[in-house]
Amino acid sequence: MCLAVPGKVLDIEDRDGTRMATVDFGGVLKEVCLEYLPDLRVGEYAIVHVGFALQRLDEESAQRTLRLFENLGMLEEEFGDPWAAAAATPEVGR
Amino acid sequence: MKYIEEFQDPRLAQRLLDEIHATVTRPWAMMEVCGGQTHSIIRHGIDQLLPDQVELIHGPGCPVCVTPLEVIDKALEIASRPDVVFCSFGDMLRVPGTGRDLFQVKGEGGDVRVVYSPLDALRIAQQNPDKQVVFFGIGFETTAPPNAMTVYQARKLGIRNFSLLVSHVRVPPAIEAIMRSPSCRVQAFLAAGHVCSVMGTAEYPELAERFKVPIVVTGFEPLDILEGVRRTVGQLERGEHTVDNAYPRAVRPEGNPAAKAMLQDVFEVTDRAWRGIGTIPDSGWRLSERYREYDAEHRFAVGSITTEEPAACRSGEVLQGLIKPHECEAFGTVCTPRNPLGATMVSNEGACAAYYLYRRLGGPTAHKETSPVG
Repeated sequence: MCLAVPGKVLDIEDRDGTRMATVDFGGVLKEVCLEYLPDLRVGEYAIVHVGFALQRLDEESAQRTLRLFENLGMLEEEFGDPWAAAAATPEVGR
Repeated sequence: MKYIEEFQDPRLAQRLLDEIHATVTRPWAMMEVCGGQTHSIIRHGIDQLLPDQVELIHGPGCPVCVTPLEVIDKALEIASRPDVVFCSFGDMLRVPGTGRDLFQVKGEGGDVRVVYSPLDALRIAQQNPDKQVVFFGIGFETTAPPNAMTVYQARKLGIRNFSLLVSHVRVPPAIEAIMRSPSCRVQAFLAAGHVCSVMGTAEYPELAERFKVPIVVTGFEPLDILEGVRRTVGQLERGEHTVDNAYPRAVRPEGNPAAKAMLQDVFEVTDRAWRGIGTIPDSGWRLSERYREYDAEHRFAVGSITTEEPAACRSGEVLQGLIKPHECEAFGTVCTPRNPLGATMVSNEGACAAYYLYRRLGGPTAHKETSPVG
């Protein structure tokens, strides 16, 4: 769960006084809070953890990491259906 | 075991490995304190590519694994209430409490929801004013700022039906506890990259100096780990013990100042129990006085729940590097990802689960790789 995934900022808007962005993670789009990197701009990359941009990242290393995660199936693990994953494990004590 | 051809840049990987092999002259034991690194090390067989003299000890770096059974039981109690919507990250669903888990609570009618971000839970609270919405706030310094921001927003927007069940933990006190243990074998640390993306590196020079251990900030991709190990072995062989940053593309010395300021406002340092290890002084955060009304433990009066951990589970010894997962008698026999005794066998960042999934171990517990991408 400490996985932090690089993503590209597509657009930025103010919501309830909070700076929010749409961020592209190798084709998966998510809402991300920019309050901890307020000067992040459209087109830039950042490391995102549970919907929060935590640190800026250069484009080249961001794309290299995204390719690796995609090859390893880690984007599916991060953004896939958690109920399906949990259901694949039988119940405690059975 | 994986092969070096599967690394993103096999030639660079081989160069780093060659240098580590050429540098090392005697046995060294280093600990990583990051579940993502542990998973990556086992998945890619990095420990098997390293010289025999370099031992990686898998420390208590998986947040799911160190969350105490007692806190899981409190979560299950709160999630079972009819007036509650209980929100969590997906990897907590299968962590066993006493006799059941969150997945079963949902099956029994509890309103348990998985969210991507804690802000999603806050939105659920806004949409369900007649419900109490609780978010399960676990994790290290990487996850604490998002949860802190969510509580801050709840207060700012006047959303009173939201609360946080908090069990946040901090890496530096865990390093100190490990070094103080009489049975400690650790001679160096790979510090968790994304923890340092938030906190920076200022907490570590004092630890490196006091315990005479190199501390190398390391990322969790395979090449990052090799680079962290290379720098650590270099320091050990030269008799140095400094803080070094092997993950500069994501870690600045000052960390993320805005996130650190929010942590300081919303949380205060407190003693925390670590599953399998016990209480470590000053090793966690709780909500500060200003935000105490958002603390789910107070709101739902579950403070009286106390739970002992099962004696058969030796996860505490695994987390302190005293045994490897397969050296536990229960490993692969009575304890499997399908029927886990402890959280280290549940989370995919746990050392036991990683060994079970990616290691072919001899004897009756032998297990083929089941990873879909294996």
